[in-house]
Amino acid sequence: MSRLQSLFERKKQDALNVYFTAGYPALDDTGKIIRALDNAGVDLIEVGMPYSDPLADGPTIQESGQQAIQNGMTLPLLFEQIAEAREHTDIPLVLMGYFNPVMQYGEQRFFDRCAAAGIDGLILPDLPVYEYENFYREGIEKAGLDISFLITPQTSDERIRQIDALSTGFVYMVSNSAITGAKSGISEEQIAYFERIRSMQLESPRLIGFGISSHETFQTACQYANGAIIGSAYIRALGEGQPVEEATHQFVQQILKTPIPQD
Amino acid sequence: MIAVDERGYYGEFGGAYIPEMLYPNVEELRQRYLEIMQEDIFQKQFHRLLRDYVGRPSPLYLAERLSEHYNTNIYLKREDLNHTGAHKINNTIGQILLAKRLGKKRIIAETGAGQHGVATATVCALMGMPCVVYMGAVDIKRQAPNVSRMRMLGAEVRPAESGSRTLKDATNEAIRDWINNPVDTHYIIGSAVGPHPYPDMVARFQSVISEEMKWQLEEHTGSTKPNAVIACVGGGSNAAGAYFHYLNEPDVRLIAVEAAGKGVHSGESAATSVLGTKGIIHGSRTLLMQTKDGQIVEPYSLSAGLDYPGIGPMHAHLIASGRAEAISITDEDALKAAYFLSKKEGIIPALETSHAFAALDVMEYNSSDVIVICLSGRGDKDLETFINHFDDYQNGDL
Repeated sequence: MSRLQSLFERKKQDALNVYFTAGYPALDDTGKIIRALDNAGVDLIEVGMPYSDPLADGPTIQESGQQAIQNGMTLPLLFEQIAEAREHTDIPLVLMGYFNPVMQYGEQRFFDRCAAAGIDGLILPDLPVYEYENFYREGIEKAGLDISFLITPQTSDERIRQIDALSTGFVYMVSNSAITGAKSGISEEQIAYFERIRSMQLESPRLIGFGISSHETFQTACQYANGAIIGSAYIRALGEGQPVEEATHQFVQQILKTPIPQD
Repeated sequence: MIAVDERGYYGEFGGAYIPEMLYPNVEELRQRYLEIMQEDIFQKQFHRLLRDYVGRPSPLYLAERLSEHYNTNIYLKREDLNHTGAHKINNTIGQILLAKRLGKKRIIAETGAGQHGVATATVCALMGMPCVVYMGAVDIKRQAPNVSRMRMLGAEVRPAESGSRTLKDATNEAIRDWINNPVDTHYIIGSAVGPHPYPDMVARFQSVISEEMKWQLEEHTGSTKPNAVIACVGGGSNAAGAYFHYLNEPDVRLIAVEAAGKGVHSGESAATSVLGTKGIIHGSRTLLMQTKDGQIVEPYSLSAGLDYPGIGPMHAHLIASGRAEAISITDEDALKAAYFLSKKEGIIPALETSHAFAALDVMEYNSSDVIVICLSGRGDKDLETFINHFDDYQNGDL
């Protein structure tokens, strides 16, 4: 059983997934951030590969990516950093990134290197389902990686079923029709969408992301799914200049508002 | 047979590499664009507006003085005479009719030089639809007259402040707007780029260019076929339209003229067919300028309309398969060609279009050949640039 699968076996609700952009704020923060998030009680970590043109992301993640690229972040370096971090932790790690850098690295080489570095799953938001099934599924499965696809309020039921069947990690529920970091609060319309998806009884665990930024929004999301994903709000917290450990500790505390487990 | 397949591929190029948030809109277009475009009523409306509003057919003009100079037979397809001064309006008329047919209430667009922005603002005024045009903050400065035209036409021009703040980033911002407004908004892409079905849809709307060329050429020369068609290529919409009905006529040479900026290997260039490698940009698998890590590189060209790091997937396929010949022209040679055409024929071309004319100096042809150049736009918008270089070229030997 993969790390992701055993996580959701163990933890069926309130799973907290935190996203950060690799190489931000500083080039060599990756290991530090992973350790800090792990220590603070996060359940899984989404590592963002910085990209020059992230179409689905708002200004916060765009700017962190620009900064990371300027800092010198590259895929080979990121794999080294993750392999090093993996030696100290068993927390599930999911790599999120746009497909163009993957193509340049070499798709199969990328999948194999991910697995070797200790990555558990992938989120490739602009890799279409059709191309995945026909060209990449076999390679990703062979490398032993999980994959998660996105659904949105506009995704048809038929397509949700297809995406549920293809996703091996979790289904990433985009909470609203928006780029990352765009809105705050959760509307009744969104709740109706969360309920509609919940009633579909998907096979995959569901994590809600986009617009989750506080204890309140995290809790609301967790009522309708197995957990939630926070990105932009954490990037903003990291950008405030505090040391990574403290910023992370405080941030996760604020979201969970529960004592950090001691184990 | 050169044509797009059902998944949007031309050979290995094309497809729709888009985040799920865009899927419903793009899929709706994919399923419906051909059916709607083929409806009688759509065709009637489209062609009526092209005739009565745009002023089509645009003339095919035998440029005698230019022909004499180059010792061959050069015809100019006068897209510069269209309403709003460029070929861009052929596509915006088509897409706004399509948007209305799909029940959309709001239009967004990206623009580089501002020609597509003006053409979009124009059709939105015509149809009474709200219009937001994204334009790189850098381009807003260098194309001020077009910014004013868009505003006068009632469009809101939003500066793209992300990344390099040019056409690539304006396109990113338009895509993000579409993600944020998935139900009521249609995105009118101006070039033959983007996820399928955009490259094919734009090529079809622009194909009126070569459709007219065929019968016009026959009137002039007795044959529908020229020996060569020359067009400038940024994303490639005017080229797509000028090539369209000749794609499967292998004896018609297709010449794609790219912007070499300050020189192909100067580090300041937009010659994508030479400098580009395979990858994904704006939802399409194509050739693009990027680092070895897959970060998209900022191109350079004096002409804002060719200042794009990618190329439409149809053109990537035509060039990679050898069907089209790519030529790169520097800023300097494009400027020279602009001054030369102005004095020889009394036509001031757009800076983008000037690149196509400069190709005559480097390509091979015979004196008996018939060559058609797509004169994609007029040069009014570039006057400031021309004025800035007046002393360098105006008094040179012609």
